Amino acid sequence: MSTPATELQQDGYITADGRKIGSVMMDLRSITLRFGGVVAIQDISFDIRQGEIRAIIGPNGAGKSSMLNVISGFYQPQQGEVWFLGKKRPPLKPYQVARQGIARTFQNIALFQGMTVLDNVMTGRLNHMKTGWLAQSIWLGRANKEERINRRKVEEIIDFLEIQSIRKTPVGRLPYGLKKRVELARALAAEPDLLLLDEPMAGMNVEEKEDMSRFILDANDEYGTTIALIEHDMGVVMDLSDRVVVMDYGRKIGDGTPDEVRNNEEVIAAYLGVPND
Amino acid sequence: MPADFLYGIEVVLNGLMAGVMYALVALGFVLIFKASGIFNFAQGVMALFAALTLVGIMQGQVPFAHLINEIFGTEVHHFGWEVPALLAILLTLVVMIALAWSIQKFLFKHLVGQEPIILFMATIGLAYFLEGLGDLMWGSNIKTLDLGLPQGGSRWIEDATAGLGGDDFYGFFIDKLDLVATLVAIVLVLSLIAFSQYTKHGRAMRAVADDHQAALSVGISLNFIWVLVWSLAGLVALVAGVMWGAKSGVQFSLSLIALKALPVLMLGGFTSIPGAIVGGLIIGVGEKLFEYTIGAPFLGGATENWFAYMLALMFLVFRPQGLFGEKIIERV
Repeated sequence: MSTPATELQQDGYITADGRKIGSVMMDLRSITLRFGGVVAIQDISFDIRQGEIRAIIGPNGAGKSSMLNVISGFYQPQQGEVWFLGKKRPPLKPYQVARQGIARTFQNIALFQGMTVLDNVMTGRLNHMKTGWLAQSIWLGRANKEERINRRKVEEIIDFLEIQSIRKTPVGRLPYGLKKRVELARALAAEPDLLLLDEPMAGMNVEEKEDMSRFILDANDEYGTTIALIEHDMGVVMDLSDRVVVMDYGRKIGDGTPDEVRNNEEVIAAYLGVPND
Repeated sequence: MPADFLYGIEVVLNGLMAGVMYALVALGFVLIFKASGIFNFAQGVMALFAALTLVGIMQGQVPFAHLINEIFGTEVHHFGWEVPALLAILLTLVVMIALAWSIQKFLFKHLVGQEPIILFMATIGLAYFLEGLGDLMWGSNIKTLDLGLPQGGSRWIEDATAGLGGDDFYGFFIDKLDLVATLVAIVLVLSLIAFSQYTKHGRAMRAVADDHQAALSVGISLNFIWVLVWSLAGLVALVAGVMWGAKSGVQFSLSLIALKALPVLMLGGFTSIPGAIVGGLIIGVGEKLFEYTIGAPFLGGATENWFAYMLALMFLVFRPQGLFGEKIIERV
């Protein structure tokens, strides 16, 4: 198994552009996931380090989304262990995983269609609201202050993702590209330690992809958010990510920096096919 | 002003207040349907169950008295105390929350992801189970619910408005209980709206109503929200049960108020709280006015039983999603 070329010490490394990557935050050990007789993920191990942008790539049906769903608790693996922030994680429900500081977006956009952009992003703050419902409904003291803090944070993220002009628009009316951006905003509003993005650029045109790439890089830079993402566009993946995991038919066939992965023969074979001989 | 016209206004006023009662029942349906997609056939029986429990607690009845006596050969019926109304209402609320928790825990938790028709059938089963449970706990005799609410025509309104018409107009006759019910309903609706708009759990409730997967991903426990929603439906059922029970006694027919809520829902849409209220008012006023102007003089009366359904059917033809329901747009 390859390790990043620039690794300096056990506890993190410095990237080519000078960002400091910390210690292992999420460690997946020998994960196996089956659906009946179908093996979606077969004995896969890899880790995600603090501050890193980690990509998971692979052809269709390779098990990338399943992997993300294991991390976010939507699927429970039959075998293997998930270690998060140095602790072995018991089987958790998706909402419990979210409360631990892991936010995510979905391949097919899961937004609250009937709510406005602002309300959608506000739901990302739910786990940061602590005051009781009685105080909240009559809008008093601490609840008021808390609401203001949450509001400020939300507005900051709305500014950051440049969606001020659609704050009050019901999400159902927005075009696809903007919906993807609102979903990212909601995930960021939770101030997650780890952000999982399932094909954040699928179905976008070049310009939208560039915007999204910029937002992902900025989020990583500005908030120090660790990001794991699945993406099909190779150019984007190679530009964005610090390290890449390559999957094919539920197995891991490559892991390393973009350059290492690009020159990995097994990876080339999986993407381009090999002649039968 | 001519007396006929004034009587017409009185009919409208009474219709509005009947409409508030209908809206109250419809509200319970909307709450659950929005958050879980379950059409809760048991809402009417929940109102009956709540009213039975309230009366039982107030009169100090021993729950399951018949069963206990049958098994242990004892002869207990009453604890021998009476519980003040306010405390009894709080205790009943606790029972309704426990009921909500059990319904989620033992029934719907196991039916997550099933077809809507299966969920609907489950609520029919639930309705009959609750009806039996109510009988078993508190007995099946007709009970009167006396919370000390004012009843009878309001003398004050009658006197104040008597001068409007001529000699043959004696002022508006408006039942004080209806006035109280309207007031309570307004308070209830306003608090529900405040709860759902401004609180963490209210926001979570709206989120779950919109998209389960997205709700999970922001850290909302679906199970908790569903218990919450069933508890709120229980609260609404309690209020509806108290108002209807105070008006016409606590007995099995109380559960039939659910049938009055159906046309209200068709009119207002199954997913809209304002819809339930406006729908209830339209049906209340509509059926009373229709009875007053056409029903009684030309059709031999008793049109109130079917008028609401006829109106709802007409709505179904021209606006299937109801007045405020979400419009269904199929994208090809």
